[in-house]
Amino acid sequence: MKSKGPILIILLLVAGVIAYQAAYIVDETEQVVVTQFGRIVGSPVISPGLKFKVPFIQTANYFPKNLLTWDGDPGQIPTLDKTFIYVDAFARWKIVDPVKFFQTVNNPFNAIGRLNDIIDPAVRDFITSNRLIEVVRNSNRELDISEIGREDEQRERRPLLAVNYGRQFITEGILKQSQPKLAQFGIELVDVKIKRINYVEEVRQSVYDRMIAERRQIAEKFRSEGRGEAQSILGDKERELKLITSEAYRIAQELKGKADAESTRLYAEAFGVDPVFYSFLRTLEIYREALDEKNSLVLSTDSEFLKYFKGLPE
Amino acid sequence: MSWDWDKLKDQQQKMGGGVPPNVEDLVKKVKNIKFPGGPLFIVVLLVVAALWSSVFTVKQDEVGVVQLFGRYVRSAQPGLNFKLPLGIERVTKVNVKGIRTEEFGFTSEGAPARSRLVAGETEIVALMLTGDLNVAVVPWIVQYRVKDPFNFLFKVNDNRRLLVDMSEASMRLVVGDRSINEVINKRGEIAMIARDLLQNEMDLAESGIHIVTVEMKRTNVPVPVQPSFNEVNQATQEKEQLIYQAREDFNKAIPAARGEAERTIRAAEGYALDRINRAKGDAARFTAFYEEYVKAKDVTRRRLYLETLNDVFPKLGEKFIVDHDQKNLLPLLNLGKQKKNGIAQ
Repeated sequence: MKSKGPILIILLLVAGVIAYQAAYIVDETEQVVVTQFGRIVGSPVISPGLKFKVPFIQTANYFPKNLLTWDGDPGQIPTLDKTFIYVDAFARWKIVDPVKFFQTVNNPFNAIGRLNDIIDPAVRDFITSNRLIEVVRNSNRELDISEIGREDEQRERRPLLAVNYGRQFITEGILKQSQPKLAQFGIELVDVKIKRINYVEEVRQSVYDRMIAERRQIAEKFRSEGRGEAQSILGDKERELKLITSEAYRIAQELKGKADAESTRLYAEAFGVDPVFYSFLRTLEIYREALDEKNSLVLSTDSEFLKYFKGLPE
Repeated sequence: MSWDWDKLKDQQQKMGGGVPPNVEDLVKKVKNIKFPGGPLFIVVLLVVAALWSSVFTVKQDEVGVVQLFGRYVRSAQPGLNFKLPLGIERVTKVNVKGIRTEEFGFTSEGAPARSRLVAGETEIVALMLTGDLNVAVVPWIVQYRVKDPFNFLFKVNDNRRLLVDMSEASMRLVVGDRSINEVINKRGEIAMIARDLLQNEMDLAESGIHIVTVEMKRTNVPVPVQPSFNEVNQATQEKEQLIYQAREDFNKAIPAARGEAERTIRAAEGYALDRINRAKGDAARFTAFYEEYVKAKDVTRRRLYLETLNDVFPKLGEKFIVDHDQKNLLPLLNLGKQKKNGIAQ
């Protein structure tokens, strides 16, 4: 009993090591290709769980089964209308045929290299053969680009902003061009998306300048509109003022004229009965009003008033 | 040593994929061998370790995803849970209630700088081309939570990266179809469309992520362009101001002028009344007087004449009486000192 103990322990340890070598675990996110001295044995293990292989001789090669990311190298690319832009694309891919994948690219790191070689040029091809607007826009949705004061200009611009294909179409094109080339590596390209597009620095600056100029113009337009409107209101005011005062003047003059006419008629009617007597009366009245101590009087003795002064007439 | 392989396989089937037999064997053997003394302690230790690793708790906002040798077997609900010990079953706890936030194009204060971002990239994330080929600055946040822990853990290699990339792509897709005006003014609409696009992409990728909300921060034009945009706002204000002032002027002047006009007319009316009444009065007086005058023309005339003289004469200043036979007297009088000359008949 005592002599058998250590042997048993050793046996158990050996068994343990063998079991450890024979069994392997496949995670939900993994798939395995079993190789024997580098040669692929059997079909790939895709389902997760505890698996077994021949210990020591066979090796389990793990590959991810889930969705993987490829991030493109953002580079300067000229569009068909010769605008330089930065395009940052990314793609998602999976290993669908681990055997092919193992045979051709061996590991995800190499795979990224292949993806670079295939997707980057495809992106480049599609960007250079399309106008910028095709990459930016996705549909011909009616844009609200109306700017007060720039209607004509904007109307001219509108057709330039129309697209024939749109971004979705272009990314699908990139996908279609790249996908068949990747099948040989056991890779399925799920999709290609454009993450960022932007003008390169110099272009951006000129776009800013254009935007600034555009805004300035609009601002100036607003200001002059304000001035114009104000002037027109002031003009209205002047006109209204003249109208009001002149109308008042007209009415006043009419009233006065009528009154003058009426009074003239009344005077004529009354005084017309004896104009001589009227002038006699009126003259006397004027004497009363006009003559006072400031006046000197030189009277001749042959006047009516002094005719008795020199002596009684015969 | 092929017996080991077969035995293992048999046992595996018998146990229904349970505990690998060699562990229990080992325990049994160890117990048999080192019976006296220390072995008991080791056994107890092993049992405790086994129990310890077979119990786990799941918090209220979590789901425990249990994997048996890497294979998904069940989800554990909140509370105390059991699993097979010693690494046979492994549990990954996923927070399914907590809302996670990703920021794009800005960093909120106090938030730890994101390792993903190299310096200066924040601005680039927010810079976007609009549908009318202008440049806009569009910062936004995405809030999301896990809706399917299984998909979340197993279907996508790097969920966060997928979310970040897809958010940017979706937002740019939406902004690319909008004009600069729309980007600045219709943030709510853009956020909603971007959310739906993003959710759709996340579902297609089986990411197990639910997008709670996409929220736009303040969209703007790039910094160098901003002053000119403000200038437009300012100009609008100025325009309003100018018009307002002119209106004020108008409103000040016109009612006053109306009043003035009214006054002029009233005054004219007054003048008219005055004229007519006076005329009537004068006429009536004359007519009445005349009626009596006619009855004794000559004497009345004389009376009137003399009465007038009687009134006027005493009031007069210097009086000169000149004989009508005397000639050339007039030039000798210093009439210049008098302002006015009297009447010479």
